[in-house]
Amino acid sequence: MTVAAGNPTVASLADLFAVAYQIEADAVERYDLLADQMATHNNPELVGVFRDLSRAEAIHRDEICRIADGIDVVAHAQRMAKWNRGESPEAASLGEAHYLMTPWHALQLALAAEQRALAFFQSVAGSATDPAIKKLADEFVEEEAEHVNLVHRLLRKYPKPADNWSSDPDPPVSQE
Amino acid sequence: MEERDSVSVAVVGSGGAGALTAGNFLLEAASLAGWQGLLSRTVGPQIRGGEAAALVRLSDRPVACLSDRYDLLIGIDWLNADRFGAEIEVGPRSLVISDPRGGELPAGVAAAGARIIELPMKEMAKAIPDGRANMIALGVIARLVGLSIDVLSALLEKRLADKGRAAIEASRAGINAGFEAAAGYDFTLRLPAPKPSSARRWLVSGNEAAALGAIRGGVRFAAAYPITPATEILEWLAPNLTKVGGVLLQAEDELAAINMIIGASFGGTPALTATSGPGLSLMIEALGLATAAEIPLVVIDVMRGGPSTGIPTKSEQADLNIAVYGCHGDAPHLVLAPQSIGDCLFTTQWATYLAEALQSPAIVLSDQFIGQARAAIERPAEIAFVGQRVRAANIAGTYKRYALAANGISPMAIPGTRGGQYTADGLTHNERGIPTSGERDHNAQLDKRRDKLAQFKFGDHWATREGASELVVITWGSLTGTAREAIGRAAGDGVETSLLAPRLLSPVQPEQFAAVIAGKARALIVEQSHGAQFHRYLRAHYDLPPEVRVLNRAGPMPIRASEIHRAIMEWS
Amino acid sequence: MAVVEMRPACKPGDYKSDIKPIWCPGCGDYHVLMSFSRAFAELALPPEDLVVVSGIGCSSRIPAYTSCYGFHGVHGRALALAAGLKVTRPELTVVVASGDGDGYSIGGNHFLHACRRNIDMTYVVMDNHIYGMTKGQPSPTTEPEFDTALSPGGTGLRPFHPLVIALASGANFIARCFSGEPNQTAAVLVEAIRHPGFSFVEILSPCVTFRPDEREWKNLVHPAPVGATNDPAKAARRIMTDDGFNIGILYRGDRKPYRPAVGQAGVDLAELERDFEL
Repeated sequence: MTVAAGNPTVASLADLFAVAYQIEADAVERYDLLADQMATHNNPELVGVFRDLSRAEAIHRDEICRIADGIDVVAHAQRMAKWNRGESPEAASLGEAHYLMTPWHALQLALAAEQRALAFFQSVAGSATDPAIKKLADEFVEEEAEHVNLVHRLLRKYPKPADNWSSDPDPPVSQE
Repeated sequence: MEERDSVSVAVVGSGGAGALTAGNFLLEAASLAGWQGLLSRTVGPQIRGGEAAALVRLSDRPVACLSDRYDLLIGIDWLNADRFGAEIEVGPRSLVISDPRGGELPAGVAAAGARIIELPMKEMAKAIPDGRANMIALGVIARLVGLSIDVLSALLEKRLADKGRAAIEASRAGINAGFEAAAGYDFTLRLPAPKPSSARRWLVSGNEAAALGAIRGGVRFAAAYPITPATEILEWLAPNLTKVGGVLLQAEDELAAINMIIGASFGGTPALTATSGPGLSLMIEALGLATAAEIPLVVIDVMRGGPSTGIPTKSEQADLNIAVYGCHGDAPHLVLAPQSIGDCLFTTQWATYLAEALQSPAIVLSDQFIGQARAAIERPAEIAFVGQRVRAANIAGTYKRYALAANGISPMAIPGTRGGQYTADGLTHNERGIPTSGERDHNAQLDKRRDKLAQFKFGDHWATREGASELVVITWGSLTGTAREAIGRAAGDGVETSLLAPRLLSPVQPEQFAAVIAGKARALIVEQSHGAQFHRYLRAHYDLPPEVRVLNRAGPMPIRASEIHRAIMEWS
Repeated sequence: MAVVEMRPACKPGDYKSDIKPIWCPGCGDYHVLMSFSRAFAELALPPEDLVVVSGIGCSSRIPAYTSCYGFHGVHGRALALAAGLKVTRPELTVVVASGDGDGYSIGGNHFLHACRRNIDMTYVVMDNHIYGMTKGQPSPTTEPEFDTALSPGGTGLRPFHPLVIALASGANFIARCFSGEPNQTAAVLVEAIRHPGFSFVEILSPCVTFRPDEREWKNLVHPAPVGATNDPAKAARRIMTDDGFNIGILYRGDRKPYRPAVGQAGVDLAELERDFEL
């Protein structure tokens, strides 16, 4: 059933597939947008990081369509998977982006995104009365937990940046 | 009994004397009787009760300017009339009618050697219930000029209908009293009988004519911010636009007005506003936007005395610079100037047509004199210039709003047209309209906007050209008619002069101009501008004949036919 | 039989152009663009029937990032341009986009009269309490003590209160949103566009480059304690006493939208000449 106010109502398996699909689809779009921002702002390393994250989410998204076998997940999602308060949980926070951000920062965004998605499915699983929905929600919890772990492992590869990571010797430029 | 080819009458009064109303009635009655005429006025600075003079010139042929001297000057009172000074000049052959209780004659009038007759108009008016002195004056004029009292009487019925029978009778009685009083005057100003003509005639001001020209040209939206002497254009448009399915919106300032018409035009509706110098200054930024984004529109500037607040009630020709050069950057656009009251209709209509065809703003430089003067003219013929911009339709593929085309004109998609979505921009842009700061696109678009104007065939309307003499008077705007009269007088004195008056000031027409100037040895440039803006503009863009003289002056006194005549004669 | 053209259901992606925004990563306006797309999709408006009109500033770049018709005009005059457009093409949906500098400073006068006129359109101001495009000068909504190069030590001036001004001037719908809540903002925009008359939506949209302190806004915004009222006196009291971070629709008025007298187009031009005929 419904979780926090403002989240989509999950009343059936189809609903849950649709919401799970939408979460991944929104994540793909968000990482693509961030990659575009990094391309426009000349941060090629981060273009690569965000494109990789986008591809990973696309795989998850397509996998959900595959296991949803027989349900028109996309159409169903268009109808009901809407967040009224806050954003789609796995969509990385746009407000935290920065043109000089480092891979560490990007992964922090990804980590927070995965953790939000995990929390979402946990609350669906916790409040589900239908056993089939609870079972599927638990599976999604496991998936998301794996993603969280993956991001943690990736983060081991990148040291926390120095305090002056955002310092730019050049001043801002007025365009108009 | 001397017949003249024109009669000039001035009626002066203040504090509710009704001098201007008398002048209006005189012009209209004379027009109904078949004469042609011109009415202007000069006023003091007060909103009401100020000194005012109606200045009328009547003739059996078209009247383009006022005369140098008034044949008949009637002073209902002379309070503060010194202020008019040389604007109302009389001479030894003039007749001055003066109310003995109306104060001292202005010094210039007293010293002119004119014949002076005293007539107690105010007292005579008091003898009539609700009588007014201005009607007495009108009666006097009618007698002296040979205007039928029946025509006047019929006019009163029409014009005073809403004031009631008592007012009509009082006015009629006043006119009769004046008519009778003048019976004994040994002085006539008889005009030749009006030429019979089946042509339909109008009594119209330049401002009204311009407004109708706009509608004929296709304007269906106007934004309005009042300013002297342009407000009448907007006030005529307000009800009349509605009659043809259009809209007028009052703006909070000129900045809003110009932007509103840009918005309306972007949406596909030919649009216009009218203003004067100070308003045009405010509109310049947006005119640059319209030029850069290629949005058609028309701005009528009814020029007045400048700079800054200047002399709002007087005419000058000193907005040429700002009209042509006012925009920052290189922003070529259309600038036109009507040459007479009737021409206000044609030029505004043509400007609307050109603006739409060329997707460019058009500034129409009228002036206070022709804007606010009223004339009886032949009804201007209908002409086939109706605004029609090239619209983009059935758009396939990526739409390029500013596509480079041979004639520089790219089809314009109107909101609602599927596939034509684009963002109009003042930022320098490429063919799609996307902002760019690159050299190639910037130059390509500058070339496009310049060339679309430069290669357009404007035809014969670009200028008035008359005569073949090697001496040419070059002028523009309302001085065209004045110059024509001066040239007529010089011809009478055996000196032939030609006339060149551009109606299209921008874009320049170098080939056409050169063709007119070929064979000309001398040019007399005449303009109402302290800084001789027109002369400098001609020098900047055209080759002039070897010898050039310039007759230029600021307002408020209009340059007179006699001055131009004298300049021609002195050079012959 | 009329042929009804079937159009596919509208998706937010239908309203985005292929042009990449120049906004700094982290800018709140990316979320606002999202809100626009979602709102337009929800309203199922064909992009060719939508016009986004803007002035000058970072926020004003938004029209080109949509796939609708757009006008990126000069500084401060978007509302006037939109008025001329809407009055002559009433069937179009017109959304005006501006910022706190463009809208409340140079555009201040037009703001007053747009509210007063109550033409049916929606005015969205992305307020970041700074002039971003020109590198960080105080705007009318900047806090008095905020130090800048142009006003060292702060302006010392009381900030402009746009919602109060809008109410006093006659706006028919007043809301405040936060860019960080794009779905909520989209829902408000849908209502604003649907509401007849002049709808004013102020969106607090942080400037990551010149106001990094505005990262705090996500912790300061909160839902308005009560729902919208249609009583201007109540609305005035609530708006004048709020902390500047009340989010939601605050006022929904009942004024009839402005409709100029538009006559039939049937009158012959010759009729108009009667005024002049002798």
